[in-house]
Amino acid sequence: MNLVKKVENKFGDIFNINSAKDTREAIGGLAFVAPAVILLAVFIIFPAIMSFYYSLTDFYILTPDKTSFVGLDNYKYLFSEEIFYQALKNTIYFVLVVVPVQVGAALLLAVLINSKRIKGVKFFRTIFYSPVVLSMVVVSILWAILYNPNDGLLNSLLVALGLPKQPFLSSPKQAMNSIIAMSVWQGVGYQMVIFLAGLQDIPESLYEAAEIDGANIWQKFRHITLPGLYNVTVFVLLVTSIAAFGIFVQPYVMTQGGPDGATKTLIMMFFEEGFQLREIGTSSAIVVIYFVMVLTVSILQRKFAKDKQDSVI
Amino acid sequence: MKLNRNNVMLGLHYLILIVLVFVFIFPLLWMLLSSFKSERTMMTDLYSGFKAFLPTEVSLDNYKEVFSRMNFGKYLFNSIFVSGMTVGIGLIINSMAGYAFARLDFPGKDIIFAVIVSLVIIPFQSIVLPLFLVVKDLGMLDSYGALIIPFIANAFSIFMFRQFFLNIPKEVEEAAQIDGCGFLRTFFQVIVPMSKPVFATATILNFTGVWNQFLWPLVATTDPKFSTIQIGIQEFFTQQPVYYSQIMAALTIASLPMLILFVSLQKYFINGMGGMGK
Repeated sequence: MNLVKKVENKFGDIFNINSAKDTREAIGGLAFVAPAVILLAVFIIFPAIMSFYYSLTDFYILTPDKTSFVGLDNYKYLFSEEIFYQALKNTIYFVLVVVPVQVGAALLLAVLINSKRIKGVKFFRTIFYSPVVLSMVVVSILWAILYNPNDGLLNSLLVALGLPKQPFLSSPKQAMNSIIAMSVWQGVGYQMVIFLAGLQDIPESLYEAAEIDGANIWQKFRHITLPGLYNVTVFVLLVTSIAAFGIFVQPYVMTQGGPDGATKTLIMMFFEEGFQLREIGTSSAIVVIYFVMVLTVSILQRKFAKDKQDSVI
Repeated sequence: MKLNRNNVMLGLHYLILIVLVFVFIFPLLWMLLSSFKSERTMMTDLYSGFKAFLPTEVSLDNYKEVFSRMNFGKYLFNSIFVSGMTVGIGLIINSMAGYAFARLDFPGKDIIFAVIVSLVIIPFQSIVLPLFLVVKDLGMLDSYGALIIPFIANAFSIFMFRQFFLNIPKEVEEAAQIDGCGFLRTFFQVIVPMSKPVFATATILNFTGVWNQFLWPLVATTDPKFSTIQIGIQEFFTQQPVYYSQIMAALTIASLPMLILFVSLQKYFINGMGGMGK
């Protein structure tokens, strides 16, 4: 065999391309994915890698030539700063409250709508889901007005009921909780829909068998519904947590991180550090810490998500 | 109707649902109704209890003000243009990639796909700063390009398209190939027309995603010429004098497209979401 044929055969073995048809398909396949892959590489993969890289430098955007490698200095700096701990604390508080409340409420709503004896499931589903399609900016502005300590609708309703006016966003104690309530309102429809899909997957026969055995509502819920929703619940907890860690729009639009830094979150601090103070190094470190938190939660989900075969049936 | 235990429970069930419905729509109801009221009417209605939820006045003045006082027409156009372009081009590019992963064999296919799938969990906040620097170095800041190009390719869409195409029977393509169609023709003239559901879902999800973006337009554009509606309404909130009824009109304009899209195409919104739990 001559050299060209040998190379062709080797090429064919490595890439599993052994005929003209295979070559055509390979070229076609690569051509079909090339635009997407190039765009993703330039605009997602490269920036993702650079975040890690920048976090190890002291890159200050106004003096790009003076950048040098500083190792873990940025991280050491962050962990010695009071404002970082406050941002971390606010963010973790938000996650720890919003996730159970929102997921619990979503489950409750899903169960309430999914009942066989309720007509108009689609109507209720539409209503509960509609805040989800609104932008967080619209929701934040609307609720900022709702929460207005003097002229807000909520306070006027409280007054009409004979209750005292509340400071809501203007109080360091109530501000974060006010944002939490609003976030739950906006997002719960999304988790509810996922739970609804999960509920549909639980075989009706299980409930019928339980009823024959005399099980009541609570027993059916605890022993059939909850186990049947196990994987869905783990997934929903994951998705909600990841979104919660990254909270930015609400405090940015409503309180600018105040009052007294009560609503300053990790990403708000990142935004200030990176886009206002222009410290690319430290802000990238913040974002890497954020990403590590998100990744940890994702890995935990994988550990907790059992194989479908192991569950309930 | 008998007043037995079952009926009482049913009544209670509906009552709870109706209360919840009110809890969910009262902000939007107030927003919509207030947008038709003058500032004075809106404020006085606020303090007379439930008149805030009644259409005591219906006028379009606020809407006229919003378009003339702020450059709202421009903002609206920008949002429509940016969302439309990103989604339109994206549908072509993402569906082609999804099809290749589903049906064509090429070197590196599995690795590339694995990488793409792993991109789905990367939160936008963790790449926004380097992305900003990339766009800046490409000279694209303050342009439509900055708002459109980075978001054309979408990992989740590619995943969705691949899922869908895997479920199309191979006989369809075999028949097309017997008729002499190459990959491009097979894809665009045979596969695409029979894939309406996935294209609809991808359109809805991506259009909503781009329309509702805030952090990126905030940092990528400073020239108000390119501001999208989300940036525009936020500025409205801070510009004096602040008329709440006008803000309500602005918020209504900003939300109406999404709400109308949602109510008319619910199926696709919810299928796109509901399928993710599996």
